Amino acid sequence: MTNGSATLAAAAIRRDFPLLRQRAHGTPLVYLDNAATTQKPQAVIDRLTRYYTEENANVHRGVHWLSDRATGAFEEARATVSRFLNAREPREIVFVRGTTEAINLVTATFGRSHVGPGDEIVISAMEHHSNLVPWQILCEQQGARLRVIPITDAGELDLDAYATLLSDRTRIVSVVHVSNVLGTVNPIEQIVRLAHLRGIPVAVDGAQAVAHTAVDVQALGCDFYAFSAHKMFGPTGIGVLYGTSARLESMPPYQSGGDMIRSVSFERTLYNVPPYRFEAGTPDIAGAVGLAAAIDYLAGIGFERIARIEQDLLTYAIDALSRLPGVRVLGAPAQRAGVLSFLVDGVHAHDVGTVLDREGVAIRAGHHCCQPLMDRLGVPATARASLALYNNRDDIDALAAALQTVRQLFG
Amino acid sequence: MTSDLRTLYRDVILDHSKRPRNLRTLETSRHADGANPLCGDRLTVYVHVENGIILDVSFQGLGCAIAIASASLMTDSVKGKTVAEASSLFTRLEAMITASTDSSVDDLGALSALAGVRRFPVRVKCATLPWHALFAAAAGEKLATTE
Repeated sequence: MTNGSATLAAAAIRRDFPLLRQRAHGTPLVYLDNAATTQKPQAVIDRLTRYYTEENANVHRGVHWLSDRATGAFEEARATVSRFLNAREPREIVFVRGTTEAINLVTATFGRSHVGPGDEIVISAMEHHSNLVPWQILCEQQGARLRVIPITDAGELDLDAYATLLSDRTRIVSVVHVSNVLGTVNPIEQIVRLAHLRGIPVAVDGAQAVAHTAVDVQALGCDFYAFSAHKMFGPTGIGVLYGTSARLESMPPYQSGGDMIRSVSFERTLYNVPPYRFEAGTPDIAGAVGLAAAIDYLAGIGFERIARIEQDLLTYAIDALSRLPGVRVLGAPAQRAGVLSFLVDGVHAHDVGTVLDREGVAIRAGHHCCQPLMDRLGVPATARASLALYNNRDDIDALAAALQTVRQLFG
Repeated sequence: MTSDLRTLYRDVILDHSKRPRNLRTLETSRHADGANPLCGDRLTVYVHVENGIILDVSFQGLGCAIAIASASLMTDSVKGKTVAEASSLFTRLEAMITASTDSSVDDLGALSALAGVRRFPVRVKCATLPWHALFAAAAGEKLATTE
């Protein structure tokens, strides 16, 4: 593809996202907060409208025509997710509210049934609070201990230290696929291989990975994989826990109520099989259908092309930011996806965020729900720009220009 | 650059954030930590109160320019006042930075420099954090949040 036609194709992708046509504070909106949530393509918005216009009914219950259509759409969405992750079969896909709930499901069911006093759980120093606090609570409840894989100054996991943390007491390893602060892509295959040598299962927080790279759970070899639809151009309120059939079968129910049961009497309740055992109550049917539309949208573009767009932009952004005096990009992982944290000398991240906002540039400023990582980096907060497939060089130029304004204002 | 930004980050604010007044600890049992959990601003306000009068006040901590400047301006403006007077000053400051129009700006002396916060609703908590910590400290509590 020539440069000209690549630019045209990129402009076509951007046009798929109606929200990006808006202006903020009188200037064109530059949306660089994609790690927080992504915008939705028209295809996803239209799919949600179509579901509520033509297919809405409750699933797995009705004998009527409409319920059958809704159930069909919902289960087709599960099959789409299954293909997207390259799972072995759709029953390995549990619908939840998001990554946070997926991890809480694992700690509440696998955790409570497989972790006991004196056992150990391994996480890493770059975890989001959502892959830290649920494990911490489990450890308190069960009398287990949390072990933490340290990171190097480049912002990568210290794999030698990881190997020494694994022991006969380790019950599970839970790590992030892509860091929401540094953008580090962690070597999940290697992490899984080491853990599986000792028969230890591995859970992966994929919240920041799914919008950027093709995820193949069989190639990764992980036992659990969690992600949220809203960070990959789908609706809010829906997410996925992938679990291997063997693991899911071995786990007790999560929440209880309708749909998760096989038969109920006052004496005894028989639980349903996975994934239904973990899906009590009416699920977010529209959300699941919207997520499937987002997956179809991504498949239409292709992850190879997405990676090319984003890696090109990431290189351009690192270069642009590095050339600005007083601006420092944090971490230098060999493999980085979509996320850049940076500091401006002498200016707090919030002030950077406020100035950028008034220049029309949306970024995140703060601790990014990673307080232990902030402590490790020795900073109270960072400014973070995060990319998606609809961003372009103009967005990065606007970011760099707004950072000049920060320097002007704070001298 | 928008004029809103100049109104928020006026010279007085930048000066107080870069050279905060009363940035030190105090030998006193009355001190409280103020934390803004959303953004990570953390500061401790120390206060020496006798007969209801604030004889000395200081702070330590990390935060954005607005939080630090507000803390610095606060320490200068409440020293020598009673806790009740400080409280009414804070009520007026809060009214100024949460007002829906500029017209209600009341003369708050040096604290008027914070008037620009009004156009930045998400930054109001940065400006009020040190005050919450001050009143928590004066009341003998150890922790204050803006929530």
